[in-house]
Amino acid sequence: MTNTTERAVAKHEDEGIHIVKPSLYVAIFLTLLVLTAATTGISFIDLGVFNAVIALAIACFKASLVVLFFMHLHYSSRLLKLTVAAGLFTFCLLLSLTMTDYISRAWGMW
Amino acid sequence: MPHDEAHPSFLQHHFENVGQQREAASFGMWIFLLTEIMFFGGMFCAYLIFRNWYHPAFVAGSNTLDITLGTANTAVLICSSFTMAMAVYSAQMRKKGALMAFLVLTIVLGVVFLGIKGDEWHSKYVEHHIPGMDFSIQDFVHPTNPKAIPLAPDMAEKTQIYFSLYFLLTGMHALHMIIGVSILFFLLARASSGAYTGGHIMPIENFGLYWHFVDIVWIFLFPLLYLISRYQ
Repeated sequence: MTNTTERAVAKHEDEGIHIVKPSLYVAIFLTLLVLTAATTGISFIDLGVFNAVIALAIACFKASLVVLFFMHLHYSSRLLKLTVAAGLFTFCLLLSLTMTDYISRAWGMW
Repeated sequence: MPHDEAHPSFLQHHFENVGQQREAASFGMWIFLLTEIMFFGGMFCAYLIFRNWYHPAFVAGSNTLDITLGTANTAVLICSSFTMAMAVYSAQMRKKGALMAFLVLTIVLGVVFLGIKGDEWHSKYVEHHIPGMDFSIQDFVHPTNPKAIPLAPDMAEKTQIYFSLYFLLTGMHALHMIIGVSILFFLLARASSGAYTGGHIMPIENFGLYWHFVDIVWIFLFPLLYLISRYQ
């Protein structure tokens, strides 16, 4: 059995696959659970506009952990990293340009 | 034609080797996920704009959601992402029993998520908070909770926009979960005949990417729908 596992690992390394260890998955999993508890706890404290800022910052951090480790992007080729970065950049561009339009018009002024 | 280690049966003839085939498949999957980001992103954008316009209505609507169930569902989905990551690891290690066990756990957690979500939707039905289905502004004009601020009737009508976006966003997310669970049953059947524990891990890996993406959508939906409107 150990021999088969070793051969499987060696084969994946030939094909350029990085095998993430279960201990790292467990660490990421526990971090995500702690952050979920934290974001819910913080929402019960009145911080004004910072409630939204902190909640979204925690969400972005959690999403980054999932993308980098559960989805293996940290270990992927540069082509994949560039593709994902380009997609996220385009999304941010579309979102911010739409928001620019909405915040800069004099709604209800005519 | 006999297949050896260098040319396994799952290697398509138009690829040089398994590594190249895997890279192409991951690339295609990520492109699909980016189109999904644009799809959900449009709805998130609509939510942000309407929340700005009808802020009091969105705060009142958000405060009718059950934060305990929302947090529990977030935890369930994170657990399912972990079991899916472990399923990918089991496929890489060529352990059929472990792979099937983790796929079953992922199915169970996915169904638990949908069950809790269904319960939350049902309470919206009971409270007459589903736009178009006997919707009532009563709870927002005359709130029973002493801490809630009563809304003027015209602003209270705008809670329908909050609930429309709530059902659109959680409904689209739940649809992705239902599709995911269906594919998991298919993968489980194929895994039981050893399809993914002989080196052909690509379908499990790509499904893992999809499942984690659906988890990420919820990671953003949870604060936006449940958390950020508790104060202000």
